[in-house]
Amino acid sequence: MLRAHGLACDRGDRRLFSAVDFSLAPGEWLQVEGANGAGKTSLLRMLAGLAPSADGHIEWDGQPVSNVRDEFHARLLYLGHAPAIKEDLSALENLQTAAAVAGRPLDEATALAALRRIGLKGREDLPARVLSQGQKRRVALARLLCSQARLWILDEPFVALDVAAVSQLCSILDEHLSRGGLLVFTSHQAVQLGGIGNTLRLGPDPDASRPRPTIAEVQA
Amino acid sequence: MNAFIAIVRRDLLLAARRKSEVFTALFFFMIVVSLFPLGIGPETAMLRRIAPGVLWVAALLAAMLSLNRLFAADHQDGTLEQMSLSPTPLALLVSGKVLAHWLTSGLPLVLLAPVLGLQFDLSPRALGVLMVSLLLGTPVLSLVGAIGAALTLGVRGGGVLLSLLVLPLYIPALIFGAGAVEADVAGLGAGGHLSLLGALLALGVFFAPWAATAALRIALE
Repeated sequence: MLRAHGLACDRGDRRLFSAVDFSLAPGEWLQVEGANGAGKTSLLRMLAGLAPSADGHIEWDGQPVSNVRDEFHARLLYLGHAPAIKEDLSALENLQTAAAVAGRPLDEATALAALRRIGLKGREDLPARVLSQGQKRRVALARLLCSQARLWILDEPFVALDVAAVSQLCSILDEHLSRGGLLVFTSHQAVQLGGIGNTLRLGPDPDASRPRPTIAEVQA
Repeated sequence: MNAFIAIVRRDLLLAARRKSEVFTALFFFMIVVSLFPLGIGPETAMLRRIAPGVLWVAALLAAMLSLNRLFAADHQDGTLEQMSLSPTPLALLVSGKVLAHWLTSGLPLVLLAPVLGLQFDLSPRALGVLMVSLLLGTPVLSLVGAIGAALTLGVRGGGVLLSLLVLPLYIPALIFGAGAVEADVAGLGAGGHLSLLGALLALGVFFAPWAATAALRIALE
């Protein structure tokens, strides 16, 4: 259970957003929308605990995240804008290192199976620098297949993926939700996912003194 | 602990794939040290006197060369974010990075130093003391350097700032490291200097990863 109360983000003197409230139960997903520069990535970094919130607080299973940080991080998988791929390491080495750093070492067979499933068969041992942009994203997304984390926070997971990969990613996300996982992601495109979905729109409000994002419940 | 080993392994693997960076620092050390006998001339008494200082200063500068890349690449490609979200404490992962940095930049200097010391007509005994002093001192350089690298992360022109920040902090290691060899050449025991270097190392191992982590958290926000 993830709850956010009155989150706000400041960039210099400007308040990007404020009074962001939402709650996310197991099996639910939240799509964060907004124009470029609306603060989507800032909100996701805040939720992951990478950046402090200017206001409000975040709760995980009823406890403030700051009190249960280690437990929260053990259950969290965050994929940011930068895919955390080392150009000089192979896809397999990248995946295994990332998993070990996240506290869940992978044996080679599991890692290879994940890479094949994500569409990188035959490219497991190539250095990441010779892979295309979309293939690098796939290496990063292979972490989802090996993850036991309950909460996934994904920043633009659909970017640079081809049509087949987009539908494959959707099915991976569906699987996660049907296992009772939680999902927060940003995307500019409309996404069809199972389970209960919410959309959070960040952006300037007509009432400029207190911009309040709207939450629309979308039943998918 | 698994994550610690994974970080050390990854950084060593990356260094093995980019050998030029390791060899640049090593050749820099060789050339700087070799220029002194050529420039000063073959007066052995003089060379023996300046040897400890020259070797140590060259080691400081060579260790500096690779410092600004210690965290910069990880910061850029998002690996640092993932490290800070790991259930393993970030300070332990930072220690892993520092260990890998020392293995690729400090240890080669330690192994090369006795060969270069021959140019200065140092006795085998003094060469041994030089090696021990570098063995104790170069990890201190990596540890203190990590604090500087973390503090200057994301700063424009960080490389120059890093040297201004870190070189003064290297002075104690330089004094005791070079002092150990000098004391041995002069016939006094090197034990006192080496003990102090060891104390610096113990302090560094304990506090530097923690300080570097605090600086990294600021850079990540």
